[in-house]
Amino acid sequence: MIEFKLNGKLVRFEGNPLTRLIDVIREDLDLTGTKEGCGEGECGACSVLRNGKLVTSCIIPVGAVAGDEIITIEGLRDTPQGQCIIDAFAEGGAVQCGFCIPGMVMAAQALLLVNSDPDEDEVRAAISGNICRCTGYDLIVDSILLAAKKGKGLW
Amino acid sequence: MIRIDDRIKRVDAVSKARGEAEYLSDLRRDGMLYARMVRSTIPRGRIGNIELPVLPEGYYFISAKDIPENGKNSLVMIAGDWRCFAEGDVRYVGETIGLLVGKSRAVLKALDDAIKITYEEEEPCISIDDSIALKGGAILGEDNVHCSLVSEKGEPVDDVLERADRIIEETIETGFQEHVHMETNAAMCTIEDGKYTIYASAQCPFYIRKSICGLLGLTPDDIVVKQTTTGGAFGGKEHFPDVLAGPLLVAESVIKKPIMLVFDREEDMQFSVKRHPSKVVFRTGVDKDGNILTSDIKVYYNVGAYLSSSYVVLQRGVFHANGVYNFPSTRIRGYGMATNTFPSDAFRGFGAPQTLFAIETHMDHIAAQFGIDPVEYKKRYFLRQGDETVTQGHIVEKVVLNEMLEQVAAKSDYYRKAAEYKRGSGRGIGMSFYNHGGAFTGNGEQAIIKAHLRLRKKGDKFTILCGQTEMGQGFMTILRKIVAAVLETDIGNVLYYNPDTSLVPDSGPTAASRSTMIVGRLAEEAATLMKDHLDEDEAEVETEYRHPEGHPWDQSTFKGDAYLGYGWGVCCVEVEVDPLTNEVKVDGIWSSHDIGKAIDELIVHGQVNGGIIQSLGYASMEKMENRNGFFRQTSMSDYVIPTSMDFPRQEWGLVDNPYEWGPFGAKGMGELVFNGADAAYIDALERALDTTITKIPMPVEDIEGVRR
Repeated sequence: MIEFKLNGKLVRFEGNPLTRLIDVIREDLDLTGTKEGCGEGECGACSVLRNGKLVTSCIIPVGAVAGDEIITIEGLRDTPQGQCIIDAFAEGGAVQCGFCIPGMVMAAQALLLVNSDPDEDEVRAAISGNICRCTGYDLIVDSILLAAKKGKGLW
Repeated sequence: MIRIDDRIKRVDAVSKARGEAEYLSDLRRDGMLYARMVRSTIPRGRIGNIELPVLPEGYYFISAKDIPENGKNSLVMIAGDWRCFAEGDVRYVGETIGLLVGKSRAVLKALDDAIKITYEEEEPCISIDDSIALKGGAILGEDNVHCSLVSEKGEPVDDVLERADRIIEETIETGFQEHVHMETNAAMCTIEDGKYTIYASAQCPFYIRKSICGLLGLTPDDIVVKQTTTGGAFGGKEHFPDVLAGPLLVAESVIKKPIMLVFDREEDMQFSVKRHPSKVVFRTGVDKDGNILTSDIKVYYNVGAYLSSSYVVLQRGVFHANGVYNFPSTRIRGYGMATNTFPSDAFRGFGAPQTLFAIETHMDHIAAQFGIDPVEYKKRYFLRQGDETVTQGHIVEKVVLNEMLEQVAAKSDYYRKAAEYKRGSGRGIGMSFYNHGGAFTGNGEQAIIKAHLRLRKKGDKFTILCGQTEMGQGFMTILRKIVAAVLETDIGNVLYYNPDTSLVPDSGPTAASRSTMIVGRLAEEAATLMKDHLDEDEAEVETEYRHPEGHPWDQSTFKGDAYLGYGWGVCCVEVEVDPLTNEVKVDGIWSSHDIGKAIDELIVHGQVNGGIIQSLGYASMEKMENRNGFFRQTSMSDYVIPTSMDFPRQEWGLVDNPYEWGPFGAKGMGELVFNGADAAYIDALERALDTTITKIPMPVEDIEGVRR
C-alpha cells in the first residue's frame, strides 16, 4: 500500500505501484483538473506540485510519491495564492482553449514559491516546460508578472 | 452595462484556470465503455485476413460488417469518399479498420496487439512528386488528381510570357504541419432520450451529424451532437471528429452503452489530419527592369488518400496565390493530388498559408535578383480598393497596407536595419504582407450555409442560440459582448452555452474566420431587433444571413468576388544566426493587422500572438516527415512546437478600418494572423545568410545545407 498526502488529505493507494500518478489523480480520485496532454512529460499539462516542486504527473509512478505531499489544481485554486494567480490569468488574457492552463497555474505557483518577484526571463524559464499552442505565451507571462505584483506578500 | 471598447475578462477564463471546465475526457457515465481504434499498418494494399483473439465477455470488435444494410460506409465531409471503416483495401497508414470496445483500456490495448491482419501490399505513393509520377500505378482515376481548378486574369499568360525579357522560374515547397491542439481528439457516443447522442471535442457539431447519419441510414435530425469544452482545434477538429464519431455511432448501434474514445498523443500525432504539404511552381515574366508582366502559377497540394474537404482548401490556396499584389495578368492552376498518406485537412488558414508563403518568398527572390529592397519592390504591386482580383472580381474594401507598413517599419526601425545589416552578415530583418478572405468563398454563405441565429429573452436574461463553438479563440466572449453592448446590459445577463444541435439553429461551421464576421453580425442584428421587446417578459427573435448585393460569384467558373472582405497583415521579423551552430535567435517580431475593428482587444492580442508563433513554428521547427507512409515524428519530443523560450515578446498593432457588414465593423481574423510570419522569418534568414530558401520548415539542422 502506498500512502501520500494529496491536497492536504491522506491517500492510501492499494493498486499497482507502477500506475501513473496522473491516473490515480484523474481516475481513482476523480480530480479532473489535471490534464493529460502528451503522456511523456513533454507538455506540462499534467503538472502538479510534489513537495512544492513542479513535476509532470504522467511520468511519475505512484509508488515513487510515497510519503510525499502532492498538490493539484483542486488543492491550490481556493487558497489566496491560487486565487491570485487565477484572477491574474483572467485579467491578463492568459486563457484561450484552457487545456494547458491548470498546469500553467501550477507552474506559476512553483515559481512564486521560490521567487516572489520574478522578471520576465525568469517567468519564461519557469513555464518553459509547459506548452501552450494558443497564446504564443506573451499574455501568460504578463499574467504571472501581474499575479506577482498584485499578490505581494502572499508568497 | 458594457461597451464594445471595454476591456473585459473572458467569460470562460476562470472555470478553465480552476480546472472546472469539463473537456471530453473529463466526462463520466455509469457503465461507460472505452473504445480503441484498430488501424491499418500499411499505406496501400488489400486486406487479407483479420484474425481476432478471443474477446472476453463484454468486449466487442466493430467493423464495416456492423454497418446495417440501409447504411452507407461513408463519412460525408463535403466529399463523401472517406470510409468509416476500411473494407477490402487500405489506402493509408492508420486507416480505421475496426473499433475495439470494452471496459478496460489496458485490456483493449492487449487485444489490439493480439489482432493479426494480413495484407497484400502494394507500392505506396507518398509525395506530390510520387503522385504526379503515378508511383505504384494510379491510385485515383488515371492521373491521381483528386480535384483541380484554374483562375485566369488579364491578357493570356502564354502571350505575355512570350514577350517578357526574362522568365523567372522557381518552385517553393511547404511541409506537413500538425495541429497539436493540447487536447487530443476525443468523442463519446451514448443514447439519451432514445436518440443517438454524440459528445465531441469539435468545431462543427452540425457537420458531425450530417457526416455520420448515413452510416445507419438515418437523417441528421435523428442524431444529437453536443460540443464539449474544446481544448484547441485550429482546423484539426473541423471534419476530423467525424472519423471518431462515425465508428462510435456504429458501435453504439450494436452495444447501446456509453462509449468513449480518446486518442493519446501518439495516436493524435500519427493518425490525424495535417496541413496539406504544397509545391508551388512559378513562371513569372518580367521586363528588363524587373517589372512583373505576368505570373503563371501551378499549385499542387498533397491531399492524401481521401478528398474530404480538400477541394475547398485548394480553391482558397488558388485564390490567395497572388498574395496582396495586383499583377496585370495571372494564370493559377491548382491540383489536389492523391497519395497514400493520412488525408490532409483543414488547418488555420485553410490552404492560404502555403500559397501566401510561396508568393512572398518568390517576390523576395525577384527583388534580390534585381537588387531592389524587397519591401520597396512589393509596395509597387499592393492591391487597392476596386482592383481586379485573380478571380476577375474586385477588392471591395479600402486597403490600408501602406499605412500598416509604415506602422511596422517605424516600430521595427526596418529601413535603417535593412540598409545596415548587409546580406550575409549573420543578421537579417524580413517583412511580409498577407491577407485572408473572410468567411466562405463566393456566395457560399448564401448558397450553402444560410446561417440562422436566435436570441431569447426571459426576464432580464438573454440567451443566444447558434451552432458556433468556443475552441479557445474567444468566440463565447465575443458573442456575448456584442449582444450585451447592443442591449446596453451586463455581459452576465447574456447567456450562451456550448451548442447542442437539438436546441440551437444551424449557423454554419466554426471555420473560415466567419464566426465573428457572419454570425457575430447576426447576433448584433438580433440584439437590435430585441430592443423592441424589452418590455416583454419573454420574447424571441431570429435572424438569417443576407448576402450584400452587387457581389457576383459563379461557383462553376470560380469567377467574381471570391470574398466579401479580407483581413490584411504586415509582419516583420529580425534574426541573428550563430555562424558556428546555425542557431537562430529571433530578436524582434512586429506586426500590424487590419481586422476592421477589434470586438475585444485582449482577445485579439492573444490571437495575434498565438497565430504568429504558430506560423514561426511552421517555418522554423515543426518538421513532420512521411517515410513510406509513416509519419516519422510521433510524439511531442520529436515534433517540436514553440515554447516560452523560443521567441521574444511581440509588438503588435491594429489599424482602424471598419467593415461595412461586420458587427461593429469587425472582419475575420483568426486565420489571418497565421498567414505571414513564416515568410518574414525566411526573408530575414535569407538576408542574414545571403542565400535563397525555397522550402519550409527550415529547422536549424537544415540550415547548413542552404548556406552558400
